[in-house]
Amino acid sequence: MTTTPNDFMAEGDPGQAQSLEQVGGSTTPDRWWQVVWSSKKARVGLVVLALYVLMAVFAPLIAPHDPLDGGFTPLLQPSGEHWLGTNTNGRDIASQLIYGSRVSLLVGLFGGALATAIALVVGMVSGYTEGTIVDDVLSFVTNVALVIPALPLIITLVAYSDTRGVWLIVGIIALTSWAGAARSKRAQIITLRNRDFVTSAKFSGEGSARIIFSEIMPNMSSLVVAGFVGAATGAVGAEAGLAVLGLGDTRSVSWGTMLYQADAQGAIQQGLLTWIFAPGLALAILITAMSLINFGVDLLSNPHLRED
Amino acid sequence: MRYFLRKIGFFVGTLWAVVTLNFLIPRLQPGDPAELMVRRLQGKDSQLDAAQVEAMRSMLGAPDGSLWTQYWAYLADLLRGDFGVSYTYYPFSVAEVIGQAIWWTVGLVLVTQVISFVVGIVLGAYAAWRRNSKLDTVITLGSTFLGTLQPFWIALVLLYVFGYTLGWFPTSGGYSASIPGLNMFFVEEVLSHSTLPAVALLIVTPIGWILGMRNTMIMNLGEDYIRLAKAKGLPDRTVALRYAARNALLPSVTGFALALGSVLGGTILVETVFDYPGLGRLMGEAVQNKDYPLLQTLMLLTTTGVLIANLVADLLYGVLDPRARRAEG
Repeated sequence: MTTTPNDFMAEGDPGQAQSLEQVGGSTTPDRWWQVVWSSKKARVGLVVLALYVLMAVFAPLIAPHDPLDGGFTPLLQPSGEHWLGTNTNGRDIASQLIYGSRVSLLVGLFGGALATAIALVVGMVSGYTEGTIVDDVLSFVTNVALVIPALPLIITLVAYSDTRGVWLIVGIIALTSWAGAARSKRAQIITLRNRDFVTSAKFSGEGSARIIFSEIMPNMSSLVVAGFVGAATGAVGAEAGLAVLGLGDTRSVSWGTMLYQADAQGAIQQGLLTWIFAPGLALAILITAMSLINFGVDLLSNPHLRED
Repeated sequence: MRYFLRKIGFFVGTLWAVVTLNFLIPRLQPGDPAELMVRRLQGKDSQLDAAQVEAMRSMLGAPDGSLWTQYWAYLADLLRGDFGVSYTYYPFSVAEVIGQAIWWTVGLVLVTQVISFVVGIVLGAYAAWRRNSKLDTVITLGSTFLGTLQPFWIALVLLYVFGYTLGWFPTSGGYSASIPGLNMFFVEEVLSHSTLPAVALLIVTPIGWILGMRNTMIMNLGEDYIRLAKAKGLPDRTVALRYAARNALLPSVTGFALALGSVLGGTILVETVFDYPGLGRLMGEAVQNKDYPLLQTLMLLTTTGVLIANLVADLLYGVLDPRARRAEG
């Protein structure tokens, strides 16, 4: 990115109407993807995430075998035929690992998106109506959701359902993880709702919903993106945690279910290292990549950080 | 005073919400869990007495009676400490089963949390004071990376390396040959069995404190009173510890309680990996065996624990920081 110290001064260019997000360049403000890309950490994270997405999309082409095919000799050591060996059920570990990326990314994407959507609606409405009964109720619900520990609640909810599809897990994770983001969005909208552009929108007769979502929300897009990345990271971890307890989707392969089976069938005692280590590492690297991306997203919401 | 009343009011409201949620969850399911459970228990052992069936019905939802009468029966059971009978540990009651396990978890969580808190505060304060030094970089980058590891995976790795390969620590359970009691042998066994689970938690839990403390401390270091303290010629140690760190501690007090919720999640998974005889393993077993009375009581209990911790932290915060009372009072 080509930035000079001057780029950070919004007042260097008084003629141009700038939104809060684009406290950027003197000629054209940096687009948001340029800002994110300017961070070295975020670049590394994005490249790694892209590799994971490619792996998930092209899993049938990359994986040497069907991940659920149990017809191989069990407990084979890694070889050209079975890159990471086979497990006690005679399934190919490398293929399971490759297909497993699908569940993690799906849950991350949709769980993160749904949690962000809930957080947006609750946070924005509550912040915009600050001081009214609507806000009191929504704030109470948010604070309750914030202090209730998520995992025991998720476990209880999932344990009651007999069919545990990916979508059920996505929904439950989203329903239990939106509160923190809602609170920060409420705080943000409270600082925005008395600005002149909101007042002028009110006087021109726009409805509350329109003011909240098409006037104010675009000014919070960086907070929304940061919230989404955080929520997606949390969702990936939560899915893995559930699967490790045996509450994963039984019809598909995920890294969490791999770890669950490896633990349940004594992979450690039998020295089946790839079965234990590979899924955990795959998870850790994915979560690291997403945290790195968040460093870049932070630059959007806090221009002061861009100086280095 | 209003501050404290508000906090207590919020606690009562939240507790009510949790209890009600716990009541509603099984009743939102299709089918009748109580009926299923009674049938399953009778299949296992036909000597179920009517009182137990009745207790189970009020815990899990009986087909007869309105939702409203069920709700009151459920609340009355809770007040009497009657949580039903565990399916896994039949004929023991849920209360008895949990009573056995709870101290293992409380001990594990308390010890690791206090260590994490102290280590996190010290490292965070040091990193902030020597900002941009080599040690600061090591601490910040190290915690960012370690923070992405999943506690249960760390547990598996530790179990493999120190439990099976090196054989330094026992690989499962809370004690092995000894009889529980206050003798040296038993205490020694508990300590050696608890080391790996504790270490697995200790790798992740201080990170929040380190980063949080570092941030607040850096913010405090820019304040005028720090500049004044330095200008007065106070020694660095005094400025760092008694001026900056002391004030930066405040937000960490409330953070301590809020973090308990996520620590609990990690503990559940770590206990499962090590077969540690605490609430986490119990929850894993309850899930495997569809032991709903046990599972729901565990949910209620752990949540209530976190809520109480939060209340205590909020009240403490009000005592420590008069600004909090004034702002919300």
